[in-house]
Amino acid sequence: MKNEAFAAEKHPYLKLFLSMLEISAFTFGGGFVIISMMRKRYAREYGWLNDQEVLDMTAIAQSAPGALGVNSAIIFGYRIAGLPGVFLSLLATVIPPVVIISLITFFYERFVNNEVANIVLQVMRAGVAAVIADVVIDLGKAVFETKNLLNIALMLAAFFALSVFKVSSLWIIAAALILGIASSLKGGKQ
Amino acid sequence: MIYLELYGIFFLIGLFSFGGGYAAMPWILSLAVEQKGWLTLSEYADLTSIAEMTPGPIGVNAATFVGQKMAGLPGALFCTLGCITPSLIIVLLLALLYQRYRDLGVMKNVLFRLRPAVVSLIASAGVTILLLALFNAASYKEVSLTAVRPVEACLFLVSLLLLRKTKISPIAVLLLSAAAGTLLYLFL
Repeated sequence: MKNEAFAAEKHPYLKLFLSMLEISAFTFGGGFVIISMMRKRYAREYGWLNDQEVLDMTAIAQSAPGALGVNSAIIFGYRIAGLPGVFLSLLATVIPPVVIISLITFFYERFVNNEVANIVLQVMRAGVAAVIADVVIDLGKAVFETKNLLNIALMLAAFFALSVFKVSSLWIIAAALILGIASSLKGGKQ
Repeated sequence: MIYLELYGIFFLIGLFSFGGGYAAMPWILSLAVEQKGWLTLSEYADLTSIAEMTPGPIGVNAATFVGQKMAGLPGALFCTLGCITPSLIIVLLLALLYQRYRDLGVMKNVLFRLRPAVVSLIASAGVTILLLALFNAASYKEVSLTAVRPVEACLFLVSLLLLRKTKISPIAVLLLSAAAGTLLYLFL
């Protein structure tokens, strides 16, 4: 596997490590925020991946057990730079939480009850929601632009199932998987 | 030996938690709290809020917290390693399959249908956070339009505008909006 855009960088591995470190250190709110950040960074800013690959890898990260942030670091790292990329990305993803949590365990009661910390956490959500909304607008627009009615219906139905009926995300992945296999059996082309 | 035990339990937690870091929390409760007694229930409640309040994947945050309490920094490292080992093996296998077969007809069709579903997954995670931010509501049922929090609503709109119309990095937007919001709350 060769990633030409990655190989053309001056210090590719350093750039990968530092960007993963930065994303892990500043991303509050878990997996999908991390994925939104990675997509913005690696598909938009660095041009190492395209949007389709990002979605494929998100599906894979979501179908495997474990923390979504960890899983996406593994697969993004692999796709960008092979096995060395996996280990660099994992290391970079794990270092900030290990350091921060280790420090916090010593005074966590004060931290949890701290007024300012709670205000920061609450207002932080607005920015996090904006980051995700930005990514969803781009990716959703791309689905509409395929003009594939089944996919558009699938996207909207899945959204309602998830956010209104609280269906587990694993069922959504399974349903899309079955639809994909079914359209292959029918001999359908995309 | 405590390190191996920590590693083993968090290996299981990592293996069983399908659906992201939050899915790990019930397993931590049953394995680390109820079965092993490594945390009290109130420490477990604190762990939940700390894992949310600090950056990084929630599963790693939780593993580090328990490991640190039980056996200091080495404990934290063994727990973290334990919870990422299953991910490493399974995701790498899937990555290899993806690499090898993504141009296959069936695989192409499956991926073509998976992409819109994944957009919905991301969108629904976003809506959950947005409702919390703007209405402090856990689901759309609790939303009342009169309870909208004006500071957060402005922060959301300005942040989104910056992300769409400028080239400012999302991390900078996140930090700027958090700083602006905190100042507004402290001084208004």
